[in-house]
Amino acid sequence: MLKSLNIDPGKCTGCLQCEMACSYEHYGTFNPSRSFIKVFTFHDEGRFAPYTCTQCDEAWCMRACPVDAIGIDASTGAKVVYEDKCVGCKVCTIACPFGTINYSQASGKVVKCDLCGGDPQCAAACPTSAITYVDADWTGYDRMMASAAKSLPSAEASAQ
Amino acid sequence: MSWTRKILRVDLAKGTCTSEPLNMEWAKLYLGQRGLASKYLAEEVDPKCDPLGPENKLIMATGPLTGTMASTGGRYSVITKGPLTGAIACSNSGGFFGAELKFAGWDMVIFEGQSDKPVYLLIQDDKAELRSAEHLWGKSAWDTDHAIHATHQDPQMRIACIGRPAENGCLYAAVMNDRHRAAGRSGVGTVMASKKLKAVAVRGTQGVGNVDDPSAFVAATNDGKSVLAENAVTGQGLPAYGTQVLMNVINGVGGLPARNMRDVGFEGAEHISAEAMAEPRKSDGKPNLTQNNACFGCTIACGRISSIDPTHFSIKDKPEYKISSGGLEYEAAWALGADTGVDDLDAITYINFLCNEDGLDPISFGATVAAAMEMFEDGVITTEHTGGIELKFGSAEAFVAITEQFIAGGAFSEDLGLGSKRLTEKYGRPELSMTVKGQEFPAYDPRGIQGIGLNYATSNRGACHLRGYTIASEVLGIPVKTELNDTDGKPELVKAFQDATAVVDSAGLCVFTTFAWGMDNIAPQIDAACEGDWSVENCLEAGERIWNMERMFNDAAGFTADDDKLPKRLLEEAIKVGPTKGQVNRLGEMLPKYYEIRGWTPDGKVTDETRKRLSL
Repeated sequence: MLKSLNIDPGKCTGCLQCEMACSYEHYGTFNPSRSFIKVFTFHDEGRFAPYTCTQCDEAWCMRACPVDAIGIDASTGAKVVYEDKCVGCKVCTIACPFGTINYSQASGKVVKCDLCGGDPQCAAACPTSAITYVDADWTGYDRMMASAAKSLPSAEASAQ
Repeated sequence: MSWTRKILRVDLAKGTCTSEPLNMEWAKLYLGQRGLASKYLAEEVDPKCDPLGPENKLIMATGPLTGTMASTGGRYSVITKGPLTGAIACSNSGGFFGAELKFAGWDMVIFEGQSDKPVYLLIQDDKAELRSAEHLWGKSAWDTDHAIHATHQDPQMRIACIGRPAENGCLYAAVMNDRHRAAGRSGVGTVMASKKLKAVAVRGTQGVGNVDDPSAFVAATNDGKSVLAENAVTGQGLPAYGTQVLMNVINGVGGLPARNMRDVGFEGAEHISAEAMAEPRKSDGKPNLTQNNACFGCTIACGRISSIDPTHFSIKDKPEYKISSGGLEYEAAWALGADTGVDDLDAITYINFLCNEDGLDPISFGATVAAAMEMFEDGVITTEHTGGIELKFGSAEAFVAITEQFIAGGAFSEDLGLGSKRLTEKYGRPELSMTVKGQEFPAYDPRGIQGIGLNYATSNRGACHLRGYTIASEVLGIPVKTELNDTDGKPELVKAFQDATAVVDSAGLCVFTTFAWGMDNIAPQIDAACEGDWSVENCLEAGERIWNMERMFNDAAGFTADDDKLPKRLLEEAIKVGPTKGQVNRLGEMLPKYYEIRGWTPDGKVTDETRKRLSL
């Protein structure tokens, strides 16, 4: 069963624990500038939104890569960059409609979320469950349940 | 290690930026941030210097845990000799600026001298340079932040800067960062303005990768986060209600001062409380509170992001304020609300926006306006002084008008910028200044709550709750409940809170963690991050050392035991109503014992023996 990162911006407080967890997992440093997940602050709206790769099935980055440096991790479904093949041409960064694959000056390669091999550290570090790692077929489960709760005869009741 | 071991020294007169190694001998005694930067200040600055002259220095300092995954590990402090008090000033701020400075590879930046022309410091990792800020002088902090971001086309840059009141000489101007976080107290922004330094813009990409024992550190910080999450205050109260959870609590126990501390107990408290902030309003159905907000790395997230009723008189014709931005914290809500007698939530949220936009300490500003209001009611200050504004207690319209006028530099702004001590002296009513060492009180009345009075009187930066938050024990029962009106045991309580807080600040953590964390939660995080032995005992000794060093700076600056006092009002005018009726503060019962347990002489001087014991 594949799992997906599920992000609920309404729960995000903007603390950046996820960014530090990501950089620590991949590089051994606390360094948001090397995180594959970014939290965006929308100041005037007073909202915060974490964002990272959605691991598209028909991945634009993978299709665009001229040297087959992006492949699929069969255990997680993550699209991963093979650093030994990547030539740093950046075509994938243009192809990605979401901007979630980026070039790294530090390595001369592109970098993206790899789901930490199935134990995503951003989700583990998030103090408010704004980032969770759930059944890939049921990312709508929480919202579906909330909607179902509204259909109950008593407004007081809540689904279990 | 966690320290970057590098200091950036900026000579504003010469226009040079140089890198130098951090003094590691001092780091092992003073930890970082508040403690370590105060050590540098004490070594390099004559305590008798003019705070706004070229001899004073201004230090922006991070701690060893700043920029790490430790919860709340994102703080920095601005350390200097303060213009409001003449004492050592250290103002602490959250947001994201401190961590960014650390990520750029710097433990601290020391600014010395004064520039002829306005400048800002641009730091991009190892590279640092001064740039002209002539186009920014005269702009608000928000406009400055926006302009620098636009110039560098870098939304990830973090900026600390000053607003217009600092430039105009207001003695309690703040250094703002990330738009609505502030190194707020003691006029550190005024010192920055005296150096013609408008802003510091930082982008850091190096991260913190050198903690002493990474696996022990991750384990210790994870333990710490669990403790915060499971605690009722840090896990529930603060995220849901923010520090404003205190408004009704403190009013309920008889500890909420009102109207320049003429009264205790504010009848409008519930209208400006956390509960009121969560209530949907009639006009647009939205509550004042939009969202809670964390500073860097914080798993508590007590920060308030608020909006103002778009139909409210203060902003109905001002679309630029129909946004969400930093909302009311408890101290600001008290100073702008209860202390001025104004119970209009939208008005004080707007004034709080203005304080953030232009870099004002809302505690000192609100309390100074409150002193002016009392003098207005006494007829000492009239509409001739105020430019026609009827500056009465409780008038939201008058308060909004005087704030806008003040920031624009109009009538009465020079007077209000003096702070309440100099303002009341100027108008011949010094007894109406609610200050210690020239700095205005925060939101707890020392008549109702004895220990906080002793803490105010002895705080090294003037009246301040954040130097020893005995309210935790006296009101909330953390770690143990002490009685509000007892003086027995309060000197020991005050000393314990003061020393522990110095450690928390110096590590780069937030003092709000201590609602849940004891030193046995904090020391293991420091110990895993830093080389050396940071046991609970050694941490607390460092805290005591820092406190005494600050005291010695003030002593050399000319302060004496005579400055460890409270205004007569708090010692003689008993509370008139409520659960604390009849009480005054009994400082005289506590101070001698406090000096004794501090290892000071009966007139408050640090003894040679204490210096030796603490390696001072």
